[in-house]
Amino acid sequence: MTVREKKEGPMKTEDILDTKSTRRDFMKSLSITAAAGSAGLVTGGCVGKGSTEEMGLKWEEYFKKNYRLMTQQEKDDTVTRLERLAKIQHDLDIQVSDQEPREQVLFGYAFNISRCKGYMDCVEACVQENNLDRNSKTQYIRIFELNPGQLDPTSGDGKYHHEVPVEDKFYMGVQCFHCENAPCIKACPTKATWREPDGIVVVDYDWCIGCRYCMAACPYWGRRFNWGQPEVPKEEINLKQHYLGNRLRMKGVMEKCTFCIQRTRQGKLPACADACPTGSRVFGNLLDPNSEIRFVLKNKKVFRFKEELGTDPKFWYFMD
Amino acid sequence: MTTNPHTGFIAFVSDCARWALSGGTGFKIYLAALFSLMGAGAFAYSQQFQTGLIATGMSNIVSWGLYISNFTFFVGVAAAAVMLILPAYILKDKDLHKVVIIGEGVAVGALIMCLMFITADMGGPLKVWHMIPGIGLFNWPSSILTWDMIVLNGYLALNAIVPLYILYCNYHNRPPVDWKYRPFVFLSIFWAVSIHMVTAFLYEGLPARPFWNNPLLGPRFLASAFAAGPAVIMLVLIAIKQNTDHVVDTKIFSKLQRIIVVSAVINLVMLFSEVFKEFYAFTHHSLSAQYLFFGLDGHSSLVPWIWTAISLNILGTLLFAFAPSKWSPRYLMVAAISLFSGIWIEKGFGLIIPGFVPSPMGEVVDYVPSSVEILITLGVLATGAFVVTMLIRPALAIDKQYKKYQETVG
Repeated sequence: MTVREKKEGPMKTEDILDTKSTRRDFMKSLSITAAAGSAGLVTGGCVGKGSTEEMGLKWEEYFKKNYRLMTQQEKDDTVTRLERLAKIQHDLDIQVSDQEPREQVLFGYAFNISRCKGYMDCVEACVQENNLDRNSKTQYIRIFELNPGQLDPTSGDGKYHHEVPVEDKFYMGVQCFHCENAPCIKACPTKATWREPDGIVVVDYDWCIGCRYCMAACPYWGRRFNWGQPEVPKEEINLKQHYLGNRLRMKGVMEKCTFCIQRTRQGKLPACADACPTGSRVFGNLLDPNSEIRFVLKNKKVFRFKEELGTDPKFWYFMD
Repeated sequence: MTTNPHTGFIAFVSDCARWALSGGTGFKIYLAALFSLMGAGAFAYSQQFQTGLIATGMSNIVSWGLYISNFTFFVGVAAAAVMLILPAYILKDKDLHKVVIIGEGVAVGALIMCLMFITADMGGPLKVWHMIPGIGLFNWPSSILTWDMIVLNGYLALNAIVPLYILYCNYHNRPPVDWKYRPFVFLSIFWAVSIHMVTAFLYEGLPARPFWNNPLLGPRFLASAFAAGPAVIMLVLIAIKQNTDHVVDTKIFSKLQRIIVVSAVINLVMLFSEVFKEFYAFTHHSLSAQYLFFGLDGHSSLVPWIWTAISLNILGTLLFAFAPSKWSPRYLMVAAISLFSGIWIEKGFGLIIPGFVPSPMGEVVDYVPSSVEILITLGVLATGAFVVTMLIRPALAIDKQYKKYQETVG
């Protein structure tokens, strides 16, 4: 009853074919192919005592609606089911929120490229806060190290691994830009990803079919796919979760930065902005004339990445 | 089999099954080979189903691979049935009319492969119902993927129902009633063009991917499809001619050859135009093309493939264009196979993979399909061949029987 053990790196496909060739596994695989689509598979099969409740919960989860079509009652029900399932399956006391966006709030982000020193505390905070898969080392945030004379992260080094800051280098962070005119939303065939009224582009993990068309459509590489079963060590799991945010994902679904919806809807800063030691990250309500983000937009020279694509990102870069 | 004592739908189905499955030793070996490939594919899929798409060679950077490449190519093969339907029904070409049914059979097989490739590529295949209008949420008209689902399933229905109706009538020794099926034939002509244009729009409509975001993509899809598709149909006709007593008129081959040459030449002209645009004035947006043709930052896994593809493409086109007046089936086979495989590589992973490399953040990685992925792909291809075989054999048997009946009646 623990979270899956960490594997030693991703399994190679050859291994999968070789190591699982015992007869029992073979039969298991065959039966799974045969039973694809059947209720037994949907509910994950029957394993021992006490699983009747689990099966019932999974069954109801399978047939639930897209989050946006749910009534408040249905939202509360699925939250209760998810909390109960986490308890049964992993003995975790998670709290899943379905907190709605607040009135008169539109989130925006600004990134100070003259202050960022590339420490990557934001990346680490994001991984912890959002329960990102440790197996594949998923990161929502990438920091690119650039040489002077460049202002385009695509020409920088996104994999630097050395002591920072480095003389004559500067740093640019990228993540999902929560575009007003987001190509990913247009692409999704099932409306599993959308823009919330407070401007956050979210994914309904349970509704996503994993076609990855949104990923192809995103010009900022803002989306991450769960190629395998994501894993987070049990003691590191953030129990304060949001349905559209950092709740534990499953294999085969898309995920992305949600501006830490579980924090920001409660009036807190996103984990990245909170963690930044240099004060390079400015987050706030674009509709509040007294907010810091509005001050930056008004008084600094700002620019956006790939503006020519007309995606209208809500993420600006600026210099001191 | 000159007279047919049975009537009704059940007799039709059981006779079709008998015609489809009975055959000599060679045929049995062929079926056994297909079944073993299909079994291997199913087994590999069960692995992928359990572990997730991590069993493939795809990554967050190259997020579509062999499945979507093959899907794209076989949409073209399916669309190519129109190159038989159009001359047969609009230009009233009697020779091509005789083989329309073969084209439609190939189209059905190709479409089934397309749907299987899409399913194999999905992260949550059990959640497909989320896409079904009514019980799920269908993001139409915004998402081109929903358009593609409509046109693919519609085309599959058209190409299955029209031949089924005609064969059903012929089986009962009566001609099909024109008004009952002709409207659908004309609909299927427009539909064939739309399936390939919409599939091109899937890629063409993404400004995030400059390699695909190119207005020539749709027309080029059509030209390559109308070369590769008839090449596949020609291979099937050669197989029929060599292995059965069914007569395939040489005029049919000449006409197919002409269709192929025209399409293949147009395809090459457009390819040249694309290469010119990418390399005469090299921009940031030409990096994908550089990766494909010459390699980028030390990554060059596609380079040998694309040059092989272009050589095969040119070779196939030349072989068809300068075919001697007295060609042998073997000559046509070589020509068809080289053109078909050239376009398969070029329009399959030669188109899909470079769209992802470099990534929108400028990163370059190579994609190598895993053995699971390759096995699943082979399984799907075998299923396609199986479907085509199972459709064409009864169709030929019914055709033959109906012709005999017409001769005896007068």
